[in-house]
Amino acid sequence: MSVAIRVEALSKMYQLGQIGTGTISLDMERWFVTRVLRKPDPFLKLAEANHREVKGDSNFVWSLKDVSFEIEKGETVGIIGKNGAGKSTLLNLLSRVTSPTKGTIKLKGRVASLLEVGTGFHPELSGRENIYLNGSILGMRKKEIDQKLDEIIDFSGVERYIDTPVKRFSSGMYVRLAFAVAAHLESEILIVDEVLAVGDAEFQKKCLVKMEDISHNMGAILELCKRGLLLEKGQIVRDSDVGTCVASFLERDKHRQPSERSDKNGLLDLGRISINNEYSYQIDNSSPFEVTVHLAAKDIANATLFFIVENAFGQSVVHKRVSSAEIGHSVIDGEFRLHVKIPTLWISPGIYTMYFKTIAPATGWSGRAFSERISVEVTGQAEASGKAFMNPSVTWSMHPEEAKAEALLV
Amino acid sequence: MKTISENEAWDLVIEGHGPLFDLKISEVWSYRDLLLMFVKRDFVSFYKQTVFGPLWFFIQPLFTTIIFTFVFGNLAGLSTDGLPQPLFYMAGITAWNYFADCITKTSTVFKDNSQIFGKVYFPRLILPLSIVTSNLVRFGVQMLLFTGMMAYYAIAGGSFRITWAIVLFPFLVLLMACLGLGLGLMITALTTKYRDLSFLVTFGVQLLMYMTTVIYPLSAAPERYKHLIQLNPMTGIIEAFRFAFLGQGTLTATSLGYSGAVTLAILIGGILIFNKTERSFVDTV
Repeated sequence: MSVAIRVEALSKMYQLGQIGTGTISLDMERWFVTRVLRKPDPFLKLAEANHREVKGDSNFVWSLKDVSFEIEKGETVGIIGKNGAGKSTLLNLLSRVTSPTKGTIKLKGRVASLLEVGTGFHPELSGRENIYLNGSILGMRKKEIDQKLDEIIDFSGVERYIDTPVKRFSSGMYVRLAFAVAAHLESEILIVDEVLAVGDAEFQKKCLVKMEDISHNMGAILELCKRGLLLEKGQIVRDSDVGTCVASFLERDKHRQPSERSDKNGLLDLGRISINNEYSYQIDNSSPFEVTVHLAAKDIANATLFFIVENAFGQSVVHKRVSSAEIGHSVIDGEFRLHVKIPTLWISPGIYTMYFKTIAPATGWSGRAFSERISVEVTGQAEASGKAFMNPSVTWSMHPEEAKAEALLV
Repeated sequence: MKTISENEAWDLVIEGHGPLFDLKISEVWSYRDLLLMFVKRDFVSFYKQTVFGPLWFFIQPLFTTIIFTFVFGNLAGLSTDGLPQPLFYMAGITAWNYFADCITKTSTVFKDNSQIFGKVYFPRLILPLSIVTSNLVRFGVQMLLFTGMMAYYAIAGGSFRITWAIVLFPFLVLLMACLGLGLGLMITALTTKYRDLSFLVTFGVQLLMYMTTVIYPLSAAPERYKHLIQLNPMTGIIEAFRFAFLGQGTLTATSLGYSGAVTLAILIGGILIFNKTERSFVDTV
């Protein structure tokens, strides 16, 4: 396989705050230091890692810092990260909208980038004219557009309005038309940002089928990409298959949440979780396991206890409840260990979140207590097609039709 | 990964600092269709939803000529080298307008198109070039008005004559376009960071007009200021333009050669500064 994109030590620095006052003197200083004194740029040193939430000391931040990776021909790669992690900066650099502060990008093949749909659409021009305009902006030759015009109009599904100025289009039609143009771009390298978050469901599906590309939407990412790059504060923290990458991203985002309780009297408390009496959080999807949590209560009656497992998207995979009376403690007083035995969970491998929750009338319904949330890596056999959430062990058999008739008779 | 040789043929290498002298002409050429699209867009969107449509192209030079004739011709009584006053002013205005439009419109190209520039890559030079080209259409329409006026004065017996220098006309237009483009490119490159300049442009272009022989002939300029006025590369061009169409004006090989040399220098300088700025202007605009 040959490499289509090679990124080497790519860095991009941005200046925060108001640009304007003082820029001339800064520029002069920088010019003097770098060109006359031949020293490294002082502002590059000043720049710090990009923490969005934390107020830094410097007005210069590294939006990307020393990012290196290679993408082979034919690969689809999803770039994942929080807001401000450097995703858009990376795409902007790859599509040459802006140039890097340091490092290089090497590309092989024609590049088409879709950072936005409908770039350069002019409201006064008709749909047809805008197809030509937008197509040319995206780098198509007029001949190419001529050939594909009918196809584009057909794909957009707005044939009836094609000679109407686009300012009279509904926003949905506008996007459809814009996307239709983009979908007919022919290139070896396609760079896409957030654009799939548009159009109605039917149209989105059409586009997914047509394009197979990258997006912000986690579901689409999982569906389209094989490999993922996880960015955090301008650096690649994970480069692996996309499933692990997404899971790791969602996990990092939540981090490990300690136990919490909203009951201020401290009557009911849930603590640390262990699995099979260990604090290593790994389970095999084809073996049974036991989860234990530390529980402390002061004379609490009729508590309801919950055990919850969520997948990376925050959907409950397991949600079990029991009243304390049912397990022989109508009143809980003192410190206990609460055990849940779980038979084989045939869920597909990945990162899951696990926690306990309790409520009791005495603490008030708002007075819930949560255990810590732990992330558990489920290992084992994945379902082969990669489409199902579960891979239960099943028994297959096949019998002649008479056998069934006999069975009915019994 | 190490099996791949380091000398692979990459189609494109993006680096922090490009070569200093790179006019990117071949890249611009490969995007020529886009240039035409922009020209078409400018032209069509200009008159859509207007009643008079392209007629608006006439109105501005016509009224300016009337005002100039009244103020400078009648009130101030400035010399027009014996030419019919409206014809004299119209010639100056038509040529000057083209140059001025090229400057003012290209000088805001980064600011006006930051939306497109921030989302997709194409050689940035395409947009300023398309502005110069679509202004050319406008200039052509205004030239029609001017020739119509010449025809009227020819019949009415005005004293003017067309000279051999008319063959220089395409060259003069090219000079004006390049000079306007070059200056506009320099200004737009600087305005991305320092907005102050954009305030200076309209005002500066207006002042420059009085430093050029638009409302007076070079022959009527006071002797001690003549050199100063001749330093302005537009003077040579406007004088040549007037000489070509109306038979009055100062056209020498030196004056035109000087204008040509200055234009070339400004154009190349403008493109280089522009190309240097376009690489990262999106961050500061």
